[in-house]
Amino acid sequence: MTNLLELRNVSKVYTRGLTAAEPTIALREMSLTLKEDKPTIVTVAGESGSGKTTLAMLLLGFIDPTMGEILYKGRNITSLTGAERLAYRREVQAVFQDPFAVFNPFYKVDHLLTVPIRQFKLARSKSEAQRLVEESLTAVGLRPEDVLGRFPHQLSGGQRQRINVARALLLRPRLLIADEPVSMVDASLRANILETLRDLQRNYGVSIIYITHDLTTAYHIAKSIIVLYRGGVMEAGDVDAVIKSAQHPYTQLLVDSIPWPNLDQRWGETSIIARESSKHDPGACPFMPRCPKAMDICKTRPPLFQITPHQAAACYLHDQKPALVSQRLSELLPA
Amino acid sequence: MQHTTLDPATVAPSPVGAAPSPVSHPVLRVNSLEVTYYTDLGRARALEDVSFTLEAGQKLGMVGESGSGKSTLALAMMRMIKPPGRIEGGQVFVGETELMGLSEEGMRHARLNKIAYIPQGAMNSLNPVIKIGAQMVDAAQAHLPRESRSAINERCVHALRSVDLDPAVFHMYAHELSGGMKQRVCIAIGILLRPSVIIADEPTSALDVVTQRQVMETIDRVQDQIGAAVILIGHDMGLMAQFVDKVAVMYAGRLVEVSSVREMFTDPKHPYAQALISSLPNLENKGVFRGIPGLAPSLLRLPGGCAFHPRCPYALDACRSVRPDVLNLEDGRRVACHLFAAEAFHDQPA
Amino acid sequence: MTLVQAATITPIEAPAQPSRLTLVLRYIRRNKALAIGLAILIALALFTIIGLLVIDPKKAYPLSAAIKQPPSLRYPFGTDFFGRDLLAAMVVGTWQTAFIGLLAGGIGTLVGLVFGFVAAYFGGWADNVIRTICQILTPIPVLLIQVVVAGSLDKRDVTIVTMAMIVAMLAWMAPTLVIRAQVLTMKERQFVAVAKISGVSDMGIIFKEILPNLLPFIAAAFVGQVFGAVFASFYLAVLGLGPLREPLLGNIIWAAQSQGAFFNGWWWWPLEPAFAMILILGALALVIMGLDELANPRVRRTE
Repeated sequence: MTNLLELRNVSKVYTRGLTAAEPTIALREMSLTLKEDKPTIVTVAGESGSGKTTLAMLLLGFIDPTMGEILYKGRNITSLTGAERLAYRREVQAVFQDPFAVFNPFYKVDHLLTVPIRQFKLARSKSEAQRLVEESLTAVGLRPEDVLGRFPHQLSGGQRQRINVARALLLRPRLLIADEPVSMVDASLRANILETLRDLQRNYGVSIIYITHDLTTAYHIAKSIIVLYRGGVMEAGDVDAVIKSAQHPYTQLLVDSIPWPNLDQRWGETSIIARESSKHDPGACPFMPRCPKAMDICKTRPPLFQITPHQAAACYLHDQKPALVSQRLSELLPA
Repeated sequence: MQHTTLDPATVAPSPVGAAPSPVSHPVLRVNSLEVTYYTDLGRARALEDVSFTLEAGQKLGMVGESGSGKSTLALAMMRMIKPPGRIEGGQVFVGETELMGLSEEGMRHARLNKIAYIPQGAMNSLNPVIKIGAQMVDAAQAHLPRESRSAINERCVHALRSVDLDPAVFHMYAHELSGGMKQRVCIAIGILLRPSVIIADEPTSALDVVTQRQVMETIDRVQDQIGAAVILIGHDMGLMAQFVDKVAVMYAGRLVEVSSVREMFTDPKHPYAQALISSLPNLENKGVFRGIPGLAPSLLRLPGGCAFHPRCPYALDACRSVRPDVLNLEDGRRVACHLFAAEAFHDQPA
Repeated sequence: MTLVQAATITPIEAPAQPSRLTLVLRYIRRNKALAIGLAILIALALFTIIGLLVIDPKKAYPLSAAIKQPPSLRYPFGTDFFGRDLLAAMVVGTWQTAFIGLLAGGIGTLVGLVFGFVAAYFGGWADNVIRTICQILTPIPVLLIQVVVAGSLDKRDVTIVTMAMIVAMLAWMAPTLVIRAQVLTMKERQFVAVAKISGVSDMGIIFKEILPNLLPFIAAAFVGQVFGAVFASFYLAVLGLGPLREPLLGNIIWAAQSQGAFFNGWWWWPLEPAFAMILILGALALVIMGLDELANPRVRRTE
């Protein structure tokens, strides 16, 4: 049984200008394995600039890695052609953040659903296609007659995002990249959408990579979490463990800043050292300029230290624990 | 001197950890504000009979789905509603000044001076080709034509310091700043003239969680310094829990509940507010999702009676035909729902 | 497969959507420039079409009518020195001007479309080559080149079609750059990404996703090209470089001027084509203004 998707030491570096001065390391040596038979939900959490969007772009094949490879069912995705490429496209899907931007304003919203049916030949007749469309819309809580035949600007943000999710349902992919799917949606609708995503995984065997900066929703939907900062993995493991007892100072700062809708869980007392545009040393731990516990040794980038079988943090505060080679990151993540 | 009898403006004890709100004369009183939009497709009642009060130093959170009218409320209070929208009625008192009755000139003076508005996406509206300092000075000079240039500069630098920004930002351009810094600049502009009321419309929606906390703590601190009242408009209930003293819930252009933040989270009265609270994820209920079925109504075709009745699990017959008035309950809570008719006090404002 | 409980609510009627025609008509009422421009163009088109059906085109050529007649019932537009019935001449001339405008405009727009798309969508060396060529050719004084080329042609080779070619020769760079800029923006839009993950090929994305959204720009570019072409053909003809036998509006003016029409009191001869030209160019300019408002939402003053 081959792995569904495998990232092998993938890095993405952007250089500016003619000279290779000031390269930006968007993602650094990321390795991840998603198994075909064990659909799971992994959260990739981080602020802007953490590399989470870059990861999504790489997984969807929109950009190529500078180093390392991305393998889909054992084949490098850059070398896929023809029918294989179509199969990859069919099985790796996405739900994007902005409910409006995904619609082509020239067409009615039906276009979003009918195009993939046609391209991937999911229906043998027009009536079957219509049935698929209506089923997926009903499954997300929309009435087809309310939304079909309308233009995107005639619907609310919530309706649009639900159609987005309906599209993912319709396609029944093996891997779904959900890039901030609820951040632009009203709070009352978030629960619906998250539930749909979770049911996709549970009942239809879809693995989901849930990308977000909002740890509250991540906590609710995911089993495991990878915390990124400036392209590097800071902490990873079982989501309960990481959020309830964060081991890396950055994760602690994140968790402390979560606005819990609960009056007994207030923002913590950790002081925030603002992240102004800072020159950072690529050889050091990326969080060092903002870390309240920075030490001299942090000038050398720390490896991931495995604290428990399902939690690891890249921080010298835990250097008593065994170091984990980054290729084995996936072993931390519970199935 | 006008003395309208007002709803009791007492507030339940502040949540643990927050500074106690000073009890004083209400600095903001909104009475029966009403806004209608006359569109090609019909008349949309964007705001209907909205009333509330706020004390100095208090923070009010205004929550609701998109389209519920919360941003319209802010624009109406600032008299920035553009055609085809029109303010049909109501009054807004900031201190002793009634804003709806002011002349254009008077209102222009009141904006930023008495009541400041930080719109959604403000940080993206900073002029990219003018230095930050120049923009702040522009804003101040418009209101203080007689103050000397050096005094204005002082004022701007002081405002920057209040939001925890290095005075060097005065000489920088917008693109040199991060999202959080730009937002803090917008807050600094908002407090330049020490207004009595600050309205912040989704100030942190585009910011990540750490920067968000930083910006909210900045607003908190700044409010303490100048003793203003703050209205925070948003839909993130978590943010409300961390920041505000009172919460007002809007639905389809109407105010359906006003309660202290503790009461809102522990004992919400209005069915919509209840549904909202129970749909929130928190550490205790991992994996449990409780959304609200149905969709918010279009403002062009509001259901008869109570706007929420089609989605309400407790709808009575009366709810379909009679629009509930906003009732006063004990402890200063207010709910617009027939279920509470028995508990209400009937000392309506004169 | 109901994963989430479907809404079991009282159906709320959506507000009745006015028909597309109503919305179009309402918009035309608000965008006066577009409305007036289109109205004038339609009127001119009717004049030409009905005219072609009614008059005898041979009358537009010399020696077909009494000479130097002022406007009268027999000759509503009068005649000229060479015996052209000016009404016939105007009808045929307007049609020929339209032909040149549409042909040259069409060529310019088509070339701009192809080059603009190729440069923007595929990038790389194609983009560099196309962009460099545009940037080199743009500063060249177009009028000068057109005059030189037209002037150096054998008089017998100058026909309506060659005029169109001369005009289109240096007109395609602007639409190329405009369309390239638009496609570059569109390419980054998220609906293109969604189309990609829906299995749509590159060609499919260009024709089905991006192109339809560019129709307002293409229309604006086209009208701009037509305007430029009509204008260029006009001044080349006025300079005497046009196909002299044809009753092109500019030719008529050139002929009138070379015979000293004003001094001789034959005022109708140059004035009629001049007036027609003002109408045509004015109408096109109004349509361009109107389209600008339509295509560029930020300029939109209405709605």
